[in-house]
Amino acid sequence: MRYWFPFPLLSLSLLGLWLLINQSLSPGHIVLGTMLGIAFAWVMVNLQPDKTRLKNIGRIALLAGHVAHDVLRSNIAVMNVILRARTRPVNSGFVAIDISLRDENALALLACILTATPGTAWLEFDRQTGVLLIHVLDLENGQLWVNLIKSRYEAPLKEIFE
Amino acid sequence: MSHLTDLPAWAAIPVCILLLLGSAVTLVGSMGLIRLKTFYGRLHAPTLGASAGTILICLASMLTFAVLQNRWIVHEVLIIVFVILTTPVTLMLLGQSALYRDRIEGSDDVPRKSTGEQPDTSGMDI
Repeated sequence: MRYWFPFPLLSLSLLGLWLLINQSLSPGHIVLGTMLGIAFAWVMVNLQPDKTRLKNIGRIALLAGHVAHDVLRSNIAVMNVILRARTRPVNSGFVAIDISLRDENALALLACILTATPGTAWLEFDRQTGVLLIHVLDLENGQLWVNLIKSRYEAPLKEIFE
Repeated sequence: MSHLTDLPAWAAIPVCILLLLGSAVTLVGSMGLIRLKTFYGRLHAPTLGASAGTILICLASMLTFAVLQNRWIVHEVLIIVFVILTTPVTLMLLGQSALYRDRIEGSDDVPRKSTGEQPDTSGMDI
């Protein structure tokens, strides 16, 4: 099973992508999408990505909810900063965070989350030391950001991926 | 434009609100490129358009065509997903090159690399 379907989750998402793009649920498109999904999973084998198993599916929904809430909140916060930039100096700065995540897919997802929430920008991750350097637009308290990212994103990602 | 007049008022109002909100957020993000004074500050501004701007405008588009064609339209979700998946790549590239340049120039505003003084030239960090 594992031999014929090396990346079942990827194949399924490619099938979903194919059906969404074609906006159809006809049997022909389902067959074509399944074939494409399996074929591209075989291409992925040659790229040799790190294999990860999702461990805690229930946490994904909770994490997604948190992220959606934070995207909304940080959008409003960043708009405030930009609109008031004339009268109030922007207090931005760098924050270094010790990240204990090592799984590449989890780190990639963390990068997507941090970029999707305006106000935090991923700058550099050092694999040897595990130090992640981010730039924060509205920096009042560096430790607050460290705690926020560690408890709100890193801990659930660790539960999901490791 | 012509078939937009077919849109009933109950749908047109939320579509307009979503569109105006989305474009306002994107506009503020673009204003940020001028108003924020540092390069790293400017990294944050376009993410407004990439997150809330894209999501709101795509929601408006989904609603419009779902009402006009009387069926569920969800493929705009793909735009949101791909924009969110691909923005980090560009932002990291820009951020890392700025960091690299500032470290080479010995700027004091930028934190040093924690191990060794020389910037890592491999550039393979995620």
